[in-house]
Parts: sequence; structure tokens; C-alpha cells
Amino acid sequence: MTTQLGGPVTRALPAPDNDEPPERNTGLTGRIVKIVLLGLVVAIAIWAAFPLVANEAWIGLGILVATTAVLLWLYLTPRHIPAKYLAPGTVLLIAFQIFPVLYTASTAFTNYGDGHRGNKDEAVVAIESASVTQVPGSLQYALSVATTGNPATGPLVFLITDPVSKQVSAGDADGLKKIDDATVSSSGKVTAADGYTILNAGQASLRSKEITDLAVPVDGGAIRSSGLSRAYEGKAGRAYDKACDCVRDTTTGKTWTADESLGAFVAADGERLAQGWKVGVGFSNFTRVVTDRSISGPFLSTLVWNFAFALGSTGGTFILGMLVALALHSKKVRGRNVYRLLLVLPYAMPAFAMLLVWRDMFNTDFGLINNLFGLHVNWMGETGTARLAVLLVQLWLGYPYMFLVTTGALQAIPAELSEASRIDGAGAWQSFRRIVLPLLMVALTPLLISSFAFNFNNFNAIYLTTEGGPFPADNPMNGATDLLITYTYRLAFGGSGAQYGYAAAISIFIFMIVGVVSAIAFRRTRAQEEVYA
Amino acid sequence: MRLRAMGVVAAMTIPLLAAGCGGSKNDTATTDNPSAKAATGELVIWADDKRAAALKPFADKFGTENGVTVKIQAISKDQQTTFVTASQQGSGPDVMVGAHDWIGNLVQNGAIDPVQLSADQKAGIAENALKAVTFNGQTYGVPYATENIALIRNTELAPEAPATIEDLVSAGQKLKTEKKASEILSLQVGQTGDAYHLYPLYASAGGYLFGTSANGDYNAKDLGVGNPASVAAFKKIATLGEKGSGALKRSITSDNSISTFTGKKSAFLISGPWAITDIKKAGIKYDITPVPAFAGGKPATPFLGVQTFYVASKGKNKALAQEFVTNYVTTPDLAVALYNAEPRPPALTAAFDQVKGSDPDLAKWQDAGKNAIPLPAIPEMAAIWDPFGKAEAAIIGGADPAKTIEAAGKTISGSIK
Repeated sequence: MTTQLGGPVTRALPAPDNDEPPERNTGLTGRIVKIVLLGLVVAIAIWAAFPLVANEAWIGLGILVATTAVLLWLYLTPRHIPAKYLAPGTVLLIAFQIFPVLYTASTAFTNYGDGHRGNKDEAVVAIESASVTQVPGSLQYALSVATTGNPATGPLVFLITDPVSKQVSAGDADGLKKIDDATVSSSGKVTAADGYTILNAGQASLRSKEITDLAVPVDGGAIRSSGLSRAYEGKAGRAYDKACDCVRDTTTGKTWTADESLGAFVAADGERLAQGWKVGVGFSNFTRVVTDRSISGPFLSTLVWNFAFALGSTGGTFILGMLVALALHSKKVRGRNVYRLLLVLPYAMPAFAMLLVWRDMFNTDFGLINNLFGLHVNWMGETGTARLAVLLVQLWLGYPYMFLVTTGALQAIPAELSEASRIDGAGAWQSFRRIVLPLLMVALTPLLISSFAFNFNNFNAIYLTTEGGPFPADNPMNGATDLLITYTYRLAFGGSGAQYGYAAAISIFIFMIVGVVSAIAFRRTRAQEEVYA
Repeated sequence: MRLRAMGVVAAMTIPLLAAGCGGSKNDTATTDNPSAKAATGELVIWADDKRAAALKPFADKFGTENGVTVKIQAISKDQQTTFVTASQQGSGPDVMVGAHDWIGNLVQNGAIDPVQLSADQKAGIAENALKAVTFNGQTYGVPYATENIALIRNTELAPEAPATIEDLVSAGQKLKTEKKASEILSLQVGQTGDAYHLYPLYASAGGYLFGTSANGDYNAKDLGVGNPASVAAFKKIATLGEKGSGALKRSITSDNSISTFTGKKSAFLISGPWAITDIKKAGIKYDITPVPAFAGGKPATPFLGVQTFYVASKGKNKALAQEFVTNYVTTPDLAVALYNAEPRPPALTAAFDQVKGSDPDLAKWQDAGKNAIPLPAIPEMAAIWDPFGKAEAAIIGGADPAKTIEAAGKTISGSIK
């Protein structure tokens, strides 16, 4: 966006005692842009409103309307200048930071996960519809979906043909009655019948839900559709009984009673139906993290390695990147730009692909590294070598970034400072140690902290190379190169399907660890800035 | 002014986000505009990239014949998770194409509906494929292709099919000493193991994963991993490991197992139909035979995987989806087209008969898979893969079989609950 878009900002603040601020000198382009952008806001709001209305999500709709109204009011009135600056950032902060954190936190108190994704009604529907089976020995009929009225709205009728007697019957929710004056095709499907309009597939598919819901009661079960051209006599094996809040097997009479604390139907013998629903489980996900021995046992060693990995990745790349940057900062080096270009290359390649390439290079029998050096090291199979390998890969992937930022920071340090120190008699090392490094650190420490926080949770770096391994023979859950994040991913998703509630609880613990580390680090940076700035 | 314009740009995203917030609390449907669809019904099918392309002409044909619109969407990654999540939010498809071992998880999440096939239709589907899609006595979906692993051998290096694993190892060792090959066998293990590819050997050595109950369903309460039979099985497997004959190695991974074979580093490869394209490209003369068993052991039964069409429970057009899956997928033409997209044996016997003349491999795959047991579809199977694979890798690397597999069994039973 160029400055042409708007005229100069005439005033940063409204005049103190002025009820009607004068029309501002906004350029024509600026005004058009404003109208277009606000128009887009409204357009998107309307577009977003449709699904909210369709799902009767009135709270969401309220938020949407309120947000849009406030924004329009804010930008169409000339007042509240500071709010104009603050509003976008605030809204984005709420949407991208606060909402995800709150959502994660609220998920952590539920059993949300595989088998517990929907609500109780959905579970009941799933249980009942999964239990409908064809009545043993019953027939399958050719089916035509018809109506006695308008194809789009009239009451639905199933016209079915008995495969043996070729008798045609019409069925609706009241039952089945025989009809005689129907034309039947060679496949047995009714193609015309007096008083009925046959729906074609297109018309029928628009009434899909009514068709699948229609069950024509007959002795021993009900005739239901199987698609649009066949019907079968089915019987629901399980039914929900509101009186006892339980699911009852229609043949054996066994019952599974709803347990609202588990979000599942449980029988007296402890058998649980697979289809459950989402319920609040209080702190049980958190207590599980704390009390589970498979977590608390290896937790400390994983945490220590996690710190070592994050520090090693950040420190290693920083030192290498800085050394290269310092070397290339010297004006004596010829072709500096060529070197810089080449050095940035690893940074330009997709890390995702590079991690996989590196993993293959560390292969014992076929890997480049063993072949090149004539070694036979099982890099990813031993604790020490696997840890070294992931740190080496991190070093290669990460130093170009550190090189770039250090180069930038070095160029911002006035050359006079070094010259002055040299005149005062400082050697190259002393000048670097006393003048350049402290100034570099002021600029780079925040970047190092963010790099540390990133590497602390660097899921890809581990998952795409060692997958957390090598694993001790007696514990497949926790490997030598596991970070907390890869470890918890395995705990939450590796065992019995996805357990989002549990995963959310663990991620809150990680969030707290990273948060504390970052807070301490930033506090120290501030102290450092006060010293050097 | 510039800042203000940017502010407005940023502001534009807010209603969108608000919609997102609303959606995550309530079940959002996709924005379907009723007026646009008033004229006709719509069927949405999800499949992976390859099959989506193969399905396209048939979907169009089905659409024209029935006067409906059929949309095929290719889902390239994590199809199962994507499907379950999208279904729950109401933005899923009407028909899903995927592997049969998803069934347990899809059923517990209420994502798929059973299908009611007629006796004729059932008779037209290979028996073991039909058994694979049967779960809790219900048929969940229509199978269209099967796959199982077999022993693929380079007939120039190894003219004779080995009768036992021991024969295979000695043939491989001979080639190795003659410097004709550098590996005895290419079977993917990797640092974290591969339960699917190891299973034939594990079964031959007497191990099992889950016992079966009286009606033939898998019984999650009878876990075979960690019991004495599995310890004995892994003791046998350990003799093939890195401290044994070296036929099984952690350095052979899912990424290099096929290229080890096509690069003539190994005369034997244990893999599935998906490997054939590369092998043909490399111009290697090959033969497909069943995975050999241990001498005096049980048969080396591979797992049977079945590619299946599912009817989504939360689809918007279930009647049409049922029609497509039960009455259209069961016709041989579609199965042949899907076979042409990727050569896996069709599950429909009519389609199988149609293509077997032009592809001699098909009968061999089927022969290799005739004892194959369907991959367990129960949700508890999810707990097996990771610990079992890691125990396998550790034991092949030389760890104590008993200690390792017992620990894996404990981990698995812990997560099954």
C-alpha cells in the first residue's frame, strides 16, 4: 500500500473543545478506498451471517452484528481517533490469541476426542441407526419414491414391488396397502401408478432426509429405503428410552444407562457403547497428567533434553551464524555478496523437505554420511548420536537465519565505535567483546528468545527426523530425542485415537513452562538494555 | 491515513473470525445456498487424489443418468481425520472412499451408516472383502479393491521361490557372498518398526494381535501382544535381526525398501501392489509369491486391506449416497476404472474376472492373499501400531525379545483401558 492511498493525516487528535470536528482533508482516493473496504466488511459480515442463521447460532450472530456495527460506527464517524488505531489490533488479538487460549482451556475440561465428539442426541441417533439390520429371511424390494401431491412438498410414499409375487404396494408412515393399477418395469420398479407422481432421482435427492427417515411399519419391523431404488425390511436392534435414560436392546432386553460423567451409555456389567458424547470432566485431564506414571516418570529427563535441544539449537545456530557474519563483515573479503547468497540457500529451502533428506542421509546402510566417511554408525539408533544428529540438522537449517539477522545488526553498529576503541588501544578481540557483542546482544536477544521458544516446541525437527527415537526397549512411549511436544502428541493421539481434551490439558502445562521461561528471559533482557542502551 | 486504511483491511477479517468463533461453538454447516441447488440434488464424494481422478467420469455419468450434480473432492492427506472432523461440523461429504480399518473409529464417532446389500450384491463381492467391512454384524460400506502384501522376487537373481523363510535367508546370504546383492531381504522396518509389514512373519512364528470371539469378530479383551506366544514369535524374528542373520534391518525404511529392490541391492522384497509400478519402471523381471513361513511354523498370513465406499451419517443427501454406494459402486465398470487408476485387485468378482486376463499379477496377489486376515477394524487397533512397531524395531536391533514385547503389551493394554 503506498502513501498515495490517503492524504496526509491532518491531525492526530481532535481539537479539545470541538463538538463537530470539521470535515477532514481526505483525498478522493482515500475516500474511495475507505468506502470499498467498509463495503467489503459489510459484505463479508453478510456472507458470514448465513451459516450462523442456518445453524441458529444466535450468540455468534450477535457477536458478528455487534462487531460489524461497532467497526462501521468507529470508521464512519470522525471521532475516536485513538480507537481507530487500536480496534484492528485488539480484535485480532482477541481472535488469534485470546480466543484460541480460552478455547484450548475450555477443551481441557472436557472428554472431547474420538468417540466423544458430538452431543448426546447425536450419539443416540448414531446408536439407533447403526443397529438397524435387515430382518432375517425378509425380502428386498424394488423401490420407487412417489408422492400423492407436489413432487417438492407432497407427502412421500414408497411404491415397492415384491420380488416374488410382483405385487405392488404403497407404503407411508401409516403402513402398507396393495395397489393394482401400476406399471412395472423389467427391473421391478414401478414407473407409473394412478394417483401417484413418481419422483425422479433429482427430485428425490432434494428430499433425502425425509426419504431416509421414512419407515413403513410392517409386522416384525419396518420397510426402509436403501438408496432410491431398493427397500428392505429392517428392524432397529437398539432403541433409546427416555424414561430410564438408557438404550435398550430390542431382542435381549439388555440396557445401557447414560452416565453423564463419562459421556457414554454403560451397562450394569461395565460394557460401554462405543458412541459417546462430549461432557465436562472437570480437572480429571489435569490430574491424569500429574498422576500418570508413564508421564511423570520420564518427564524430568524429557524436560532436561528439551531445554538442551532448544538451547543447543538456538546457541549453535547463533554462534555459527554470528561467526560467518563477522567474517563476511570485513571489507577485506572479496565477493561478499556471492558468499552471502550461497549461505542463505539452506534458509531458502523448505525445512520440511530438508528434514526428510537429512533423515535419509543419517541412514546406517544407505546414508550419505556413513558412506562418505566410511562409518557404520546407527545414528538414529543410539541416544547420543541421535541427539547429535538432530542438533546438527538444526544447526544447518538455522544458521542462515542467525547469519542474516547478525549481518543486519552489525551494519547498524556505527563503525566509529570500533575505530574509537582501536584508537584507545583495544585489540580486535577486546573491541568485539566490549563494543560489538554487547550492542549486538541488545538487538538480537529478543530474537534469540523467540528462537528459543520456537525450538522448545519444534515439533517438525523431531517428528520428521527421529520421531522421538531411539526408544528404550521397555518403554515405547518416550524416546531419547522426544521433546515435550512430540511426547505429548504421542500420548494424546498415539494410543486410542485422538483425545483432544487430554491434549489440551497437556498443552496448557507446556504453555506454562514456555511462558515462565520467556518471562524470565525478557526480564533479563530489559535489565541488559538498561545497562547498555 | 495509510494506517487507517490498513486498519480497515484488518477489520474486514473480523466478521469472518466472528463467524468462525460462532462455528466452533455450534455445529456449522457449509454455506450452502438453497436457491442455487433448488433445481437438482447434489452428491459430494471425497477420495484421495488418485481415486478422485478415476471416479470423475463415473460420477459425471451417475449425475447425468439421475439428473443430479456429483462433486468429487480430492483429499490428499489424513483422509480419516479430515472426514471425522468435517462430518462432525456438518461440512463433510455424502460418500467417503477409504480403507476398511477406519470402520471402528468412524462408527464410534457416528460418522458412517451401515448399508443394506441384497443377497445378489453380497454374492458378487469377494468373501474376505465383505467380511472385512462387517463390523458388529453390520455391513459398513461397499468394498471395491483389496490389497495384501506378498513376496516379490527378482527372478534373475533368485529364479526359485523360497519355500520357507530359512530358504529365503540362505538364498539371500548366498547372493550376498557372491556380491550379487548387498541385502538379504528388503522388508521395511525403520527406527520405529512397521507392524503391517512384519505381521506375516509374526503370525507364522505363532503370534497374534487380538483373539477372535465366537462370531468371528475381533475381541479387544484378548490382547495377544505381550503374551508368551508373542514372546516366542519375537524370539524367532530376532534370529532374522541385526544380531542374527541380518535379513531384517532398521536401515530399511518405508522410503527405501522399494528402491533397494529396484536398485538390485536385494533379490527379495516384501511389499504390496503399490510397489509394482516402480518395479516395472525399473525393468526388473519379477514374480509374486506368498510370503514364506518359518520352517514348521504357521502360515505367514498377511493382513488384508479393503478399499471401501462409505455412506456418511451426517451427509446432506443420504438417500442419494445410499443409492450411489449400494446400487452403483456394486457394478463392475467402476471397479475396473479404479483398478486402472491403481492396480489393486478388484473386490467385485465380476470386475476381477474382467481384468485378470490382461494382468497376470492379479491372480498371484490373490493367491498370496488367500489366507489373509482382514486388518482389525476395531478402534482398539489404533493402540497397537505404535508400541508394536517400536518393539519390533528394538528387537530387530538386538533388544531382549521378552522384556521388550511385554513392555509393549503393557503400554497397549494401558491405552485400551
